[in-house]
Amino acid sequence: MKLLNASGCLDALTAPEIARSLDAFVTKTVTPLPREGNAPPRIAEVEDGMLNSIGLANPGIDCFVSNSLPRLTELGVPIWVSIGGFEVADYGDLCDRLDDLPEVAAIELNVSCPNVDDVPASVGEIVAAARGATRKPLYTKLSPATADVAEVAQAARRAGTDGLSLVNTILGLALDERTLQPRLSRSAGGLSGPALKPIALAAVHACYAATGLPIVGMGGISSGRDALEFVAAGASCVALGTILFSDPGAPARVRTELAGELEQLGVDGLDNVIGLAHAEPAPHLARAERAASVSS
Amino acid sequence: MGSREKCSVAGVEAIGPYTLLRVRRGRLEPGVPGQFFMLEAPGRLLPRPMSLSLAPPGELAFLIDAIGPGTRALCTLEPGDRISIFGPLGNGYRLDVERPLLVGGGIGIAPLAYVSEALDGPPAILGFRTADHAEAAVLLPGAQVVIDPILVTDAIPAGHDVLACGPEPMLEEVARLEPAAQLAWEAPMACGYGACYGCAVEIDGEIKRLCVEGPVLRAEAVAA
Repeated sequence: MKLLNASGCLDALTAPEIARSLDAFVTKTVTPLPREGNAPPRIAEVEDGMLNSIGLANPGIDCFVSNSLPRLTELGVPIWVSIGGFEVADYGDLCDRLDDLPEVAAIELNVSCPNVDDVPASVGEIVAAARGATRKPLYTKLSPATADVAEVAQAARRAGTDGLSLVNTILGLALDERTLQPRLSRSAGGLSGPALKPIALAAVHACYAATGLPIVGMGGISSGRDALEFVAAGASCVALGTILFSDPGAPARVRTELAGELEQLGVDGLDNVIGLAHAEPAPHLARAERAASVSS
Repeated sequence: MGSREKCSVAGVEAIGPYTLLRVRRGRLEPGVPGQFFMLEAPGRLLPRPMSLSLAPPGELAFLIDAIGPGTRALCTLEPGDRISIFGPLGNGYRLDVERPLLVGGGIGIAPLAYVSEALDGPPAILGFRTADHAEAAVLLPGAQVVIDPILVTDAIPAGHDVLACGPEPMLEEVARLEPAAQLAWEAPMACGYGACYGCAVEIDGEIKRLCVEGPVLRAEAVAA
């Protein structure tokens, strides 16, 4: 099992030693053009979680490729580039820019940022555009704020995604205790942290059953036990997000705790835990589905 | 980047309406005056950024105003309690100045006590809302104290290298009066080490992270 960071929760260039404690570093989402992000205040702590409305602040793909990527490569950690766009063609263009770069290990399609106004229409169309532009492994990052996340995951699979990143934050609102005004300048922001964990687990569980795709599980993971639960629900990798803010040493701690959890469980190797929460192992289901689609 | 350690609380003292929290520093370095630490606030998800107020032998001391759930949790700690502390972080004051003058407003005097110690007690002007709040001036012996409605910015003499910390309107006025001043700013931050992008402010015309570029900035860098 690989341990990653959730996109936007770590800057490998200001904290290289933390990035090196991961199996791969996922960049903050890169967009076609530079973005300054939303006005402050951009973060607010809430009960068992936090809200953020950073708004995809990033230097844009040109500056990222020429300036950030060479420095990230020096870390010696596989680099996953998270990309985001405002129309379907953006994703194809961004993947096209990254396809020839050997230093990019994988591409994560952020199709679910809650902090921008223009959300592109169809996840299937986006994944298809990206798939047409790159041979790199594609992970599609989905929002749990949808009627049926498994259906979206199936659309992403049909369009050629190699895996899923589950989940992105969901919109929440916090009001100032004195003024009763929104604490974030943008009013609502993405909820992360422990409050998101059961929602994320449900999404991982449902998408694993529906697709059998490799899943990077994330959403409120702060301990080895949390990571174990995501793996049991169907994740083959897990990512740390909000916990990195309060505990930069979390990657090493979570690994140690996870080893202890496995020992206690009496299971040899985490791969044997993947999907353990399911009555029927999903890979079989996925194979049966594929066979059915071929024969029909 | 600083290091992170579980520190035990050595003392909690009321100073006017504020609280001076002293912890045993272990292997943590006190850093440069104006740098800050992320303090675990018991029962809260996120740590709270606090600039160092004093560095007694073997200890770190933080002056805290209990204004929300995190600072309230910190102010109700008791000797022997243990909290994680991460730091020192960010960029502090440059102390190689010829005629230092410390200018502080309210809880903004927090980092200035440590600056004063490092510079051997330079002149200081501190402003407070009430006489009760002004009790905190005890941390900078010999400082001139003004109380609302008199403002520190009415009392700054010309010809000094100003090192300031205080509420935003005060800092903006200091920046107008003294473009070469060094100002310590504050912004909500989740991590303190550049990961969360929560503390973005406009610096030199660009949106940057205060925890990485600051919290102490040249006045010109933030002039509107």
